[in-house]
Amino acid sequence: MTVADYAFYLFAILLVASGLFTVVARNPVHSVLWLILTFLSASGLFVLLGAEFVAMLLIIVYVGAVMVLFLFVVMMLDVDFAQLRGGMAKFMPFALLIGIVVLMQLSIAFGDWTAADGSQALRAAVTPDLTEVHNTAALGQLMYDDFLLLFQLAGLILLTAMIGAIVLTLRHNPNVKRQNVMAQMHRDPAKAMELKDVKSGQGL
Amino acid sequence: MTSVDFSIVLPEFLLAVYALAALLFAVYTGKDKTAGLISWLTAAVFVVLAILIGSRSTGAQSAFNGMFVDDAFARFAKVGILLAGAAVLAMSQDYLKKHDMLKFELPIIVALSTIGMMVMVSAGDLMALYMGLELMSLALYVLASFRRDSTRSSEAGLKYFVLGSLSSGLLLYGASLTYGFAGTTNFAGILSVVKDGAPLGVLFGLVFMITGMAFKVSAVPFHMWTPDVYEGAPTPVTAFFATAPKLAAMALFARVLHDAFGGISSDWSQVVALIAVASMFLGAIAGIGQKDIKRLMAYSSISHMGFALIGVASGTVGGVQAALIYMAIYIVMNIGTFAFIMTMERDGQPVTEIKALNSYWKVSPTKSLAVLFLMFSMAGVPPMVGFFGKLAVLQAAVEANMTWLATAGVVASVIGAFYYLRVVYYMFFGSDVEPLDDTKGGVANIAVLVVGLIMLVGIINLFGVDTLALTAAEALVR
Amino acid sequence: MEKIILFAPLLGALIGGFGWRIIGEKNAQYLTTGLLMLAAFLSWIVFLTFDGTTQHIELFRWIESGELSTSWGIRLDRLTAIMFIVINTVSALVHLYSFGYMAHDENFSDDEPYRARFFAYLSFFTFSMLMLVTSDNLVQMFFGWEGVGVASYLLIGFYFKKPSAGAASMKAFIVNRVGDFGFALGIFGLFYLTGSIDMDVVFAKAPELANTQLHFLWTDWNAANLLAFLLFVGAMGKSAQLFLHTWLPDAMEGPTPVSALIHAATMVTAGVFLVARMSPLFEYAPQAQTFIVYIGASTAFFAATVGLVQNDIKRVIAYSTCSQLGYMFVAVGVGAYGPAMFHLLTHAFFKAMLFLGAGSVIHAMHHEQDMRNYGGLRKKIPATYWAMMIGTLAITGVGIPFTHFGFAGFFSKDAIIESAYASGISYAFWMLVVAALFTSFYSWRLIFLTFYGKPRGDKHTHDHAHESPKVMLIPLGVLAFGAVFAGMIWYGSFFGDHNKHNEFFGIPTHHAEADGAHGDDHSGDAADDHGVDTHASEEVTAEDHGVDLVVGEAPQGAIYIAADNTILDDAHHVPAWVILSPFIAMVLGFITAWVFYIKKPDLPRKLSEDQQPLYQFLLNKWYFDELYTAIFVKPSLALGRFLWQRGDVKTIDGAINGLALGIVPFFTRLAGRLQSGFIFTYAFAMVLGIVVLITWMSIGGGAH
Repeated sequence: MTVADYAFYLFAILLVASGLFTVVARNPVHSVLWLILTFLSASGLFVLLGAEFVAMLLIIVYVGAVMVLFLFVVMMLDVDFAQLRGGMAKFMPFALLIGIVVLMQLSIAFGDWTAADGSQALRAAVTPDLTEVHNTAALGQLMYDDFLLLFQLAGLILLTAMIGAIVLTLRHNPNVKRQNVMAQMHRDPAKAMELKDVKSGQGL
Repeated sequence: MTSVDFSIVLPEFLLAVYALAALLFAVYTGKDKTAGLISWLTAAVFVVLAILIGSRSTGAQSAFNGMFVDDAFARFAKVGILLAGAAVLAMSQDYLKKHDMLKFELPIIVALSTIGMMVMVSAGDLMALYMGLELMSLALYVLASFRRDSTRSSEAGLKYFVLGSLSSGLLLYGASLTYGFAGTTNFAGILSVVKDGAPLGVLFGLVFMITGMAFKVSAVPFHMWTPDVYEGAPTPVTAFFATAPKLAAMALFARVLHDAFGGISSDWSQVVALIAVASMFLGAIAGIGQKDIKRLMAYSSISHMGFALIGVASGTVGGVQAALIYMAIYIVMNIGTFAFIMTMERDGQPVTEIKALNSYWKVSPTKSLAVLFLMFSMAGVPPMVGFFGKLAVLQAAVEANMTWLATAGVVASVIGAFYYLRVVYYMFFGSDVEPLDDTKGGVANIAVLVVGLIMLVGIINLFGVDTLALTAAEALVR
Repeated sequence: MEKIILFAPLLGALIGGFGWRIIGEKNAQYLTTGLLMLAAFLSWIVFLTFDGTTQHIELFRWIESGELSTSWGIRLDRLTAIMFIVINTVSALVHLYSFGYMAHDENFSDDEPYRARFFAYLSFFTFSMLMLVTSDNLVQMFFGWEGVGVASYLLIGFYFKKPSAGAASMKAFIVNRVGDFGFALGIFGLFYLTGSIDMDVVFAKAPELANTQLHFLWTDWNAANLLAFLLFVGAMGKSAQLFLHTWLPDAMEGPTPVSALIHAATMVTAGVFLVARMSPLFEYAPQAQTFIVYIGASTAFFAATVGLVQNDIKRVIAYSTCSQLGYMFVAVGVGAYGPAMFHLLTHAFFKAMLFLGAGSVIHAMHHEQDMRNYGGLRKKIPATYWAMMIGTLAITGVGIPFTHFGFAGFFSKDAIIESAYASGISYAFWMLVVAALFTSFYSWRLIFLTFYGKPRGDKHTHDHAHESPKVMLIPLGVLAFGAVFAGMIWYGSFFGDHNKHNEFFGIPTHHAEADGAHGDDHSGDAADDHGVDTHASEEVTAEDHGVDLVVGEAPQGAIYIAADNTILDDAHHVPAWVILSPFIAMVLGFITAWVFYIKKPDLPRKLSEDQQPLYQFLLNKWYFDELYTAIFVKPSLALGRFLWQRGDVKTIDGAINGLALGIVPFFTRLAGRLQSGFIFTYAFAMVLGIVVLITWMSIGGGAH
């Protein structure tokens, strides 16, 4: 076993274990932290695969941005997950039974797992030859060329999500006074103010 | 990536461009004041695109390395989706305006979800399938909770979202199992390796994918969201839920099963048949207890999906044709029924109680008659159009040597007829209660009458839908 | 022209029936009557100018279903032409007559519009009847067959407020259903064996059928005999032959013009027409023919006996009709289609007139129908009296034997009796002669009871008896003309001269082509050939009468006379006493009636008291109704009640209710409870679903 192998098992075990803890942790904040560890492990695996760009992307985007946002949300919402789980408790034995059944079924399925004859060739056929193209360039080529349709659709999905978030949360309160910069800038003192010469002893 | 690819995805592309342009236009101008305009515009764009797609007569073409397929089957489904969307948008205007829900985002989200549906039915790759599915679903989640001030609407959206995510996860798991076996996500590639006899793992993958799609068509036992979401969502949104996405999901169902797993139809047809029977019976039986007409329509949908799935389960050209005919008829019936539900109000407030229909014929005899036709058609009473839909799927089942399935279908339709006839009973014989308002005018009212008439006139030749469906089915099942 | 004849009544029925609110009730009556007059006029033109060649006029394609392919067409031949004039003439006159008869009706209050409905029904009936007689294929004929059944049902039950009318209409419909079942089976059988329902194809295959065996019910039958028998069962129902006759007397519940049109002149003769039309088949079915003869003769005798003692004026005529139909069936049974059609024609005239005359009497007597309450009406209603008198003279067959001088019935009835004798079935001959005696008796009895003697019954009614209006008398006059002269004019064509007969019916005289030259010679210049051939063959031998058929060729002409069928010639050469016998029977009947009702009016009562069992037997119509009630009606009712009470209410309703009210709601509640509203329940259901499906898949799908 080389160092790379040890690293792989380290990251792999970390990944699975932290994923498990994400699910079972009682404290939601802990769950998010476990999830961050999951992502870090995954990026480690990517590095081992030689896909350093994806690895860094995972750390910067997911760990750096998304997870921090998650953390904020979870902490601000302060949801009592224990209470929510209470209802589930009575189904637990039954659920466990079903879980075991599924597990057995899947183990049977994986027991005689075979890949199709030409599957390896098909798998490799998608990517450009990595000996000639750098993996980041290959990724770009795939994303912006072969998978353009999917990329654009993903963009639409995100747009939809954004519109949805705004529609469902944004409220225009008519009583809020906002600063209107343009109005301020175009304000003409001459028009804004009128001088009246009020004679003493008389009203307006 | 050539211009040919883009010419093939042109309708989707145009719709996306339109959605973006409309979004920008509305945001930078009158915002919600432009909502009416944008709604009509969107409906018009739908119709134009439907004509554009319908007038295409090229054979099967694929774009983006086979990710996107444009064939007669996809065109049939797309025209149906677009027209259904246009009809729902058009008839919802008055309702939305009256109940202060007319926001410009609504038609835009509808347009975006429609893009998703169009991609779904044209999917030639598991990834494209998933992208289309998510685009549609995400938009629908938003729509379900569109009336954000209503707890029911919010709850509906949240439930739909959570369960939808679960189903997406299952679908992805199934897709990954399939990919693991086949080494490709391309349908044609999968078809070439999954021919006769796939290992159990792939079959499990197939089951998981079926699960994900069954959730979208709200087939039992993945239907549980349906009644709650139908009831909670604003009525126009429910109308949309009940029509276009159902057709898209059903078409996707048929597409995946035939395009990717056509070689092992004997394996999946039993699973789909099981789902179909469960859906028919649950929809028919559980619908009986409902007091709210929107919930009733949810169970009605579940039952109808079961019938359409009979056609899919047959695994033959006739089966797919029957399923498409059934879906087309189903959509028309639902448009009519939801148009009617939108016109149900008392003192200006929307009412969805079934009991409120008591003696409705005194309020509006013509509309009552139209609804009578609709309900008879839903129940599959000859000679209404709905009967021919049921006949088609049952015939397909018999021809595919699944007589037990057809028998179950007949029994289920008899049970299901009860609640449709009960609606009619209330309308014509129910005791007097405080009557509903006699709403007049508006697209919804016209839609009720027109659809009611279609239920009767359509029996002449089903407006040629059967031949179109045959062409579509032949394009899919090879 | 034929199309106008066919569709004018339909047009009238549609406009009159649905549009009278727009055009007015009176106008609807004028319209339907006018159209019928037109049809009648055109019918006469067709009849008189018809050359005997069968024409096929296709109206439109009708059924295209697999092997079955047929069009809606008119088959115009001599039979059709005869039926045209019979139907349209009588119908037009009945329409006219109804103006007067239906003007006021106590069954309807003043503000109830019923006249337009009545006229529309009449026109609809006429259309259906025309459809029946013009049909070029069996299904179209069945269509008309059922159409007249429906019209008959509607018209018998026209006084729907009277329970008896409703019951009578149902009875007519149900009894006819028995016959129609046979008819339908016959059509199915013909289609099964010949693969077509077009008459020509069926006729062409008739010789083949005669050599075919068909398994039906428990054994093998000769196909031609079986099918002919089944068709005849249909004819029995429609023409009220014995065993299926019970509906006809009850049908008198309908308005009298209806009785005249439907239950005397046209619909009831449809059976005779059917057999004549299907003569190419019946000629190959000797057993079926014999059966027809026996049934017809028995009917003639039976109905005549019952007619002797009936008191209701209309029922007497109804039984008389039944009896006369028996005559016609004997004629078609022995193969004498010409005399049968002849009697059909003359009978239509005098029987319609008798009915209309009876209607006039009833009208005069304020809807009193019991003859025991009539008497001495000769002076009060002279025109009606004379009409009835002519009718009676015609039906009893008054004429001078061995000459061509007499009333219509004299020729046609005697022709049938002679044919019956010539056929060698002495049962038929004697039955008919006795029936002729009875006919004479009850006809004269009717006249004597109604018009002679002292007025009986309600004095007030007699005082107010009045002659009917002109619209009712004109039809009587026209029909009287027919009743007097129809026999003399067409005797030769129908029976007397067999060359004329052949030409009349378009039957090719065939000796020139007997060597088997067929094909074009038949159809194209057949008409020309007749002209030449008939003159050339003054004394043709019996063998030459028929056409030696080659299979695959439909016989020419309206009726088909098989090569060995020499009945017409034989009938011409019967002994003198045979010719004289109906005359003697008629005279005997007249004298007996005169003695009974003029000379010694108390004799009938005495006789009926002396012969109480016989009298009751006849009065109760041989107890047929009671018998049927005991055998069919009561068990049916019992069975129906059993199935309803035990089968429906207990078993089916119980099961359905159990399912609908017990099990289904249970599942409904269960489904409702599962719909808890909690997401995790829903998610749980989904997971459960997956497990089930996976398990299903690994058991069912993954096994291989």
